[in-house]
Amino acid sequence: MSEKLTPKLLVEPNKFCPGCGHGIINRVLAEVLEESGLADQAVGALAVGCACLMMDTFGTDWVQAPHGRAAAVAVGVKRMRPECCVFTYQGDGDSMSIGFSETLYAAIRNENITAILVNNGIFGMTGGQMAPTSLPGQKTTTSPKGRDAATTGQPLNMIDQMKHLPIGYLARGSVASAKDINNLKKYIKTAIETQMNGGGYSMVEVLSFCPTNWKMNMEKSVAHVQDTVKAIFPVGEFVKNGERTDA
Amino acid sequence: MSRQLMKGNDALSEAAVRAGCRFFGGYPITPQSEIPEYLSWRMPEAGGTFIQAESELSGVNMVYGAAAAGFRAMTSSSGPGFSLLQEGISYIASAELPAVFVDVQRYGSGLGDIFQAQGDYWQATRGGGHGDYRMLVYAPASVQESVDLVSVAFDKADQYRNPTLILSDASIAQMMEPVTLPEMREHDPNADWAVRGKHGKPFKRVTSTMYYIEDFDAYIKGKYDEMAEAEQRWESVRVDDADVVLVAYGISSRICREAVEIARGRGVRLGLLRPITLWPFPAKAFAEVNPLVKAYLSVELSALPKMVEDVRLACEMKAPVETFLGGAHIPESSAIVERAVAILNAQR
Repeated sequence: MSEKLTPKLLVEPNKFCPGCGHGIINRVLAEVLEESGLADQAVGALAVGCACLMMDTFGTDWVQAPHGRAAAVAVGVKRMRPECCVFTYQGDGDSMSIGFSETLYAAIRNENITAILVNNGIFGMTGGQMAPTSLPGQKTTTSPKGRDAATTGQPLNMIDQMKHLPIGYLARGSVASAKDINNLKKYIKTAIETQMNGGGYSMVEVLSFCPTNWKMNMEKSVAHVQDTVKAIFPVGEFVKNGERTDA
Repeated sequence: MSRQLMKGNDALSEAAVRAGCRFFGGYPITPQSEIPEYLSWRMPEAGGTFIQAESELSGVNMVYGAAAAGFRAMTSSSGPGFSLLQEGISYIASAELPAVFVDVQRYGSGLGDIFQAQGDYWQATRGGGHGDYRMLVYAPASVQESVDLVSVAFDKADQYRNPTLILSDASIAQMMEPVTLPEMREHDPNADWAVRGKHGKPFKRVTSTMYYIEDFDAYIKGKYDEMAEAEQRWESVRVDDADVVLVAYGISSRICREAVEIARGRGVRLGLLRPITLWPFPAKAFAEVNPLVKAYLSVELSALPKMVEDVRLACEMKAPVETFLGGAHIPESSAIVERAVAILNAQR
């Protein structure tokens, strides 16, 4: 007889598409918050995109920001309520395109918040448009012939934007294998611990998949992250306690 | 409390702190920059938080977060910066959070210029962002009134859980006048709606409330109807026997007050209605006006006439409504008197 252990923070089944990586990341974050005893003092900021679906199913306090501005909202909450565990949860379009400035400046000021940035290389909620993280050649609804890096630029690497800053913690994980998911949990746990110890800004970027808009089945989606996405966005820890750990 | 000489922006900032404001996130732009400058040292001294945001977009969303956490929060801007705040104001209104905004009006559209004007009237009073909301809009005409109205703005924001706006201008903000400051007040941040972690209770969501309220349209209309009925403020000067009534707010109203004195000295029966709230526009004030008034004159420091539309609605066109526009040039009080005399002569 086995028992299914689901974190209490997951108050309802998630509303993501079949195969979406968000469900795994939600689960990992919920486990970390509960195991750290922070479920009752956590406040999340999200904005616009698939991440918003969490607001109904993930049982922490929430503030929904305008598109891209979750980091600024989180800063307002954390500065006034430093005892709370304040995190943002955003996709790559939200946090790295329209919200690039708010996301990066929270890191520049070394704000004591934790950012979870989900990189699936596409605008999911709006139906599969090109994101800052879309790979060169990637076909999307706004790059039907494949992303042309000559006119749209190279994929945005947010870790590269932040790794020179003396921030608390910086890592990139993935949901593409059981091993990756276990590592991701360690990264998110370290990020949350960094915040609660007053260690400054922490960010974990998560390589995820969007089978619906990638128009790939699950097997191919996993292989795409493992074989192609990771080559452009390496996983691992990059900054700990203000020091580079990757060099 | 003794009177002291203070600049408008500094006095307003101090009054915000004394009203219990403990968060300010903002960005420099003339002619409001003394507000972030003052609060950069005063806020931490009072146990609050000041952040120089990387943009107005970020500043207003820091205010959103601090307000969601239950604290009295404020930002200020001017001209193009005030335009950048509108998205956030719409969100804060939709989330039904209290917060105070200050728009120190400067001249023109686009970049415009840094001198006084009243061109943001529509943006301020119609809800400058998207969707269905309004802000209570307070228009101080002196440094003392800037101080008094900031306190009112925080209390009313709490009462209605809605953002409120101080609509000032470069003149009121930059001039120095004697003021009496209020006593320090502390605000309890632990309202039942404030996010602070659920602590064993159901989790809270600060978001656009329409998703969670049945009959949202009727609810939101009722809320703004209640404000429109209950929150009209104005001052009237010699309107009960006036042949011509000037309507003016803020710095324009001070010129008009002088015009009334000059006119009365010449035997011309001029009066002044000074809206203190611009939304709701004080329509009730027009009941105080001489029923035989021959004309209204809306005096505005802008290139396009704006408030005049509210004057026409409020007086129900029972008398002709004309405009006296300033724009880039501040009108002389004597010129306003001449205009009033010309209106009366034309009716003879």
